[in-house]
Amino acid sequence: MSVSISPGRVRSEFVKKIKELSGETLQLCYQCGMCSGNCPMVSNMDLSPRQIIELARLGLEEEIANSKTVWICASCLACTVICPRGFDLSRLMEAIRLLTLRKRVDYVRPEEIPVKERGELPQIAMVSGLRKFSG
Amino acid sequence: MSAKKKDKSSAETMVKKEREVSKAKLIPVHIMGKRYDVPEGLTLMKAMEYAGYKFIRGCGCRGGTCGACGTVYRKPGDYRLQVALACQKTIEPDMHITQIPFFPANRAHYEFADLTSAPEEVFKLYPELFRCVACNACTKACPQGIEVMDAVSALKQGNITVAAQIGFECIQCGLCTSRCFGELVQYHMFQLARRIYGARITPRAEHLIEMTKAIDEGRFDNTLEKLRHMSEEELKELYRKREEEPVTAGEDWRPKDKTYL
Amino acid sequence: MRLAYYPGCTLKTKARNLEEPAIASLEALGFELEEIPRWNCCGAVHSLADDDLIHQVAPVRNLIRVKEQGKDAVVTLCSFCFNTLKRANLLMKDDAEKRDTLNSFMDEEIDYSGEVRVLHLLEVLRDEIGWEALAQEVKFPLRNLKLAPYYGCTLLRPREVAIDSVENPTILREFLKALGATPVEFPESTRCCGSYQIVSSPDSISGYAWDILSSALSHGAEALVLTCPLCDYDLGQGQKELVKRHNGFKGMPLFYFTQLLALALGLDPQVCHFELNHGSPESLLRENGLLP
Ligand code: SF4
Ligand code: SF4
Ligand code: SF4
Ligand code: SF4
Ligand code: SF4
Ligand code: SF4
Ligand code: FES
Repeated sequence: MSVSISPGRVRSEFVKKIKELSGETLQLCYQCGMCSGNCPMVSNMDLSPRQIIELARLGLEEEIANSKTVWICASCLACTVICPRGFDLSRLMEAIRLLTLRKRVDYVRPEEIPVKERGELPQIAMVSGLRKFSG
Repeated sequence: MSAKKKDKSSAETMVKKEREVSKAKLIPVHIMGKRYDVPEGLTLMKAMEYAGYKFIRGCGCRGGTCGACGTVYRKPGDYRLQVALACQKTIEPDMHITQIPFFPANRAHYEFADLTSAPEEVFKLYPELFRCVACNACTKACPQGIEVMDAVSALKQGNITVAAQIGFECIQCGLCTSRCFGELVQYHMFQLARRIYGARITPRAEHLIEMTKAIDEGRFDNTLEKLRHMSEEELKELYRKREEEPVTAGEDWRPKDKTYL
Repeated sequence: MRLAYYPGCTLKTKARNLEEPAIASLEALGFELEEIPRWNCCGAVHSLADDDLIHQVAPVRNLIRVKEQGKDAVVTLCSFCFNTLKRANLLMKDDAEKRDTLNSFMDEEIDYSGEVRVLHLLEVLRDEIGWEALAQEVKFPLRNLKLAPYYGCTLLRPREVAIDSVENPTILREFLKALGATPVEFPESTRCCGSYQIVSSPDSISGYAWDILSSALSHGAEALVLTCPLCDYDLGQGQKELVKRHNGFKGMPLFYFTQLLALALGLDPQVCHFELNHGSPESLLRENGLLP
């Protein structure tokens, strides 16, 4: 993937916010790609977890917003436990999700879940799904 | 008492009451941000009326049962938001009050006849149930002292019976809903729970089933026919002479005339 | 020992087959579980954002109930509940600032600072009873059953809450051995099933499930052993579709570990509620003489 970086495209406010929300030091990551290699969802992602970090610290908010990756992440923490730099990627994914959810843009709205599924899904799925996907 | 006389006497008591009120000490209250001095001892509702408000909504029974007059208030120096029914609570000096007669809440549409006693009925109709974060703001907001959060928890756990029991005294004032972090509509869910509990979970009353069957089979046809042909005077006479059940009567009380049993 | 018990919502409905055999088994082993009074849903997932304290309220409130109950440890069966409660507990223990904020937010509750221990039932079996002692109690060894332990995520990640080695967990293997079964190790045993993605992209779940099921199958497993109602749903609900899609796949039974425990202890199979299981495990049990 090639991205163009210019001062005008970099959103430093965005970088500041995701640092605050995730509590993580983005500079820790040295782009080894272990996280992507260990991510069970990566085959359904358009950007790999490693790429998300790189774009995030470059402040390329739009690229991230256009990607589905953070919504495909299942917070399984496979990346977290394998990172040689102690970077908790799951927290970065959450921070990016929250930036959207807190603007009252829901990824899943309860009333949009088909009625049949609402009756079949165990409570644990509804609770966790709505916590991660609705603001 | 003739109608005229009644009017006169009630007018008298009104005048008398007004004099009492005018003698009463005035205390300051803040209604929707504006200060009014109102006679102490009034309810929030009467204080608002004294200040000039006319209720076309937000007032119903004036007896604490209809839930129309939910009100929030704060007292100086206390961060906590307090709640009351305006018709029940007496004003206190320096209260800041605002009535919330209605709070927007979607009620699910359902055909009750199609519903079973399964917990999933609630999940299907109110999926936002699962957005509860257990903040407990609802319980703190309930003027009926209901453990609202516990009832929500019960619904989440699929326990309609417990939810219906905890939420039994809900008067649908909507204050819990106004405070909900998860944007749930507790009182509509409780109503659904009570309906399911009443119709699908509590055991049917056997004697009622027997009695309706007996009625269908014509047990009272003759009596009703007789009543139908009576004159108004005869009916009144019958009513006056009826045997009343004493207030203190127990379960085993029976009338002397057993014709209709 | 009397332990506080946190059930979790799903265990009261669709996952009664996780709860009831556990309670019956513990009773048979001389443990009494005392359900926390007035518990609320833990919220299932731990909030990962630094400023998102409102989502810590639910698990902490439950821990406060345990403290009020006068117990020093709470046991869970659902691995999600375990994870959420334990992570919230660590927060209350280690982060003074957040602890104070949460305590003052819950002004109607007593203060809490992480006094209670959060345990998963597997830990209780390992540490309070011990595998050897457990093996002594087994009346019907699950001989010949080839079972693959499936940990999923929440028992082992993050490191701070793991009940066993993050990389090479053995606790389910030892458990199965104690019950007389043949554990079948497979590399996908700690790989995520897709979790809450079932709500947003149900179609992708069957792919994740197939990765896990087919791997267990190719390592010789006859069934999978689970600790979580979400794993159960994600790995179970799509199996009919997978059977159609993959030639030769006949479906794989899923067990909760507590069902196997109850069976091995010789308890009435009724407590296992096999009718709630995905992938009808009863025929496998009958073939092996474990059900009449
Ligand atoms: S494993 Fe860690 S260091 Fe390597 S790319 Fe991922 S986050 Fe960066
Ligand atoms: S937490 Fe998200 S990004 Fe990390 S491995 Fe799991 S699914 Fe992939
Ligand atoms: S439960 Fe809600 S609607 Fe019902 S009385 Fe209490 S605050 Fe009002
Ligand atoms: S106010 Fe809403 S979110 Fe808070 S406990 Fe009550 S129902 Fe749950
Ligand atoms: S994790 Fe689940 S089953 Fe466990 S309490 Fe929370 S929602 Fe309910
Ligand atoms: S495997 Fe799936 S449901 Fe189970 S713990 Fe992981 S995410 Fe959870
Ligand atoms: S007016 Fe009905 S409750 Fe107050």
